[in-house]
Amino acid sequence: MNKVVKDAYEAIQGIESGMTVMFGGFGLCGIPENCLKALAESTVTGLICISNNAGIDNYGLGVLLRKHQMKKMIASYVGENKEFERQFLTGELEVELIPQGTLAERIRAGGAGIPAFFVPAGYGTEVQGDKEVREFNGKPHIIELGMTADFAIVKAKYGDTMGNLIYNKTANNFNQPIATAGKITIAEVEELVPYGELDPNHIHTPGVYVQRIFQGKDYENRIEFETTRS
Amino acid sequence: MSLDKNGIAKRISQELQDGYYVNLGIGIPTLVANYIPDGIEVILQSENGLLGIGPFPSPDEVDADLINAGKQTVTAIPGASFFDSASSFGMIRGGHIDLTVLGAFEVTEKGDIASWKVPGKLIKGMGGAMDLVAAAKNIIVAMQHTDKEGNSKLLKECTLPLTGVNCVKRIVTNLAVIDVVEEGFKLIERAPGVSVEEIRQATEGNLIVDGEIPEMKL
Repeated sequence: MNKVVKDAYEAIQGIESGMTVMFGGFGLCGIPENCLKALAESTVTGLICISNNAGIDNYGLGVLLRKHQMKKMIASYVGENKEFERQFLTGELEVELIPQGTLAERIRAGGAGIPAFFVPAGYGTEVQGDKEVREFNGKPHIIELGMTADFAIVKAKYGDTMGNLIYNKTANNFNQPIATAGKITIAEVEELVPYGELDPNHIHTPGVYVQRIFQGKDYENRIEFETTRS
Repeated sequence: MSLDKNGIAKRISQELQDGYYVNLGIGIPTLVANYIPDGIEVILQSENGLLGIGPFPSPDEVDADLINAGKQTVTAIPGASFFDSASSFGMIRGGHIDLTVLGAFEVTEKGDIASWKVPGKLIKGMGGAMDLVAAAKNIIVAMQHTDKEGNSKLLKECTLPLTGVNCVKRIVTNLAVIDVVEEGFKLIERAPGVSVEEIRQATEGNLIVDGEIPEMKL
């Protein structure tokens, strides 16, 4: 079994125009920087991107936007990005907004083979649309569908050559559910070690979910709002 | 005199009970963390995957992998835990979070809330607000009683797109503490020096005034 690829350029082989790709991360925290950079340098266009956020103007998913590689963005929160707003207003970019917990659960369910489930979030709002409504325990719920993607791309702090992953602090966020939901899941890690070196008790993502893994480089780990106490 | 933002946060802090797990939204709700009463232990949840938010870091503690849901750098208290986004909203949806405090543009006498979208303005998205209001056991809204033009934000019906329906339990504004009950907005407390009449003027929805209304003790 050899899941290790050389770098991001090799890892993203097979991602074609028009495919659906999920990206881990919350804001700029825990995003797969190397793969985003490689994708931005590729000729792939018309991507349907699923990620909690859309990056900022010149970083994260924002670089794919800037290069007009995105046809549709599925996210829960897309503020902090002027190019996004511009493309949305001109109709270049299609946007689907999903409540954050529903988005996470749709991805988790997709990876876990659950085609649909009911949640209270969005009932009575525009999110409900024409979705089926059912009452459970006296409370209305709406149906939501599990979601998968052609490719899922995640970033972890540590990974091993069998694809086992450990995330760091709040850089886990959407990475863990997203890792389960790709037909092909790519993991880029800050530190890649031989299998057997990570404590099996501490694995967040078991290697079965990961098809390709590589050690990333030159991580910027940018901070969106650096806030300190005086 | 009407309360400032810190006054609203201070009044909300009186709702906290020992052992509460609390999610604080962006804006005034975040300030509540500054007024947690002595002798009460409250654990703050951040929906991006942290239970046990600590103070903002000192400049040398800043860690790009440790942020809150507002994407600000934070610290984690001893005893904190990290988890993924699906688990985080499982915690919220499953009713394990005792109290959610969030801001709003409008609230109705039925407990509906609008807080995420203003038609004609640029879209940002609902983030976790819809999940939080639909599932939390107890929801307190922290907001100004009126908008900048003096229009009431406590309405019969929302004019803006909804975040959730029939979910707000209590509202703390610069003028009053109000509970959402079957018949409408029940006035519980007045801000110091604010009259019932002033509150009535600023409330479009049905305001219920039952007996003598005490002033807030801050």
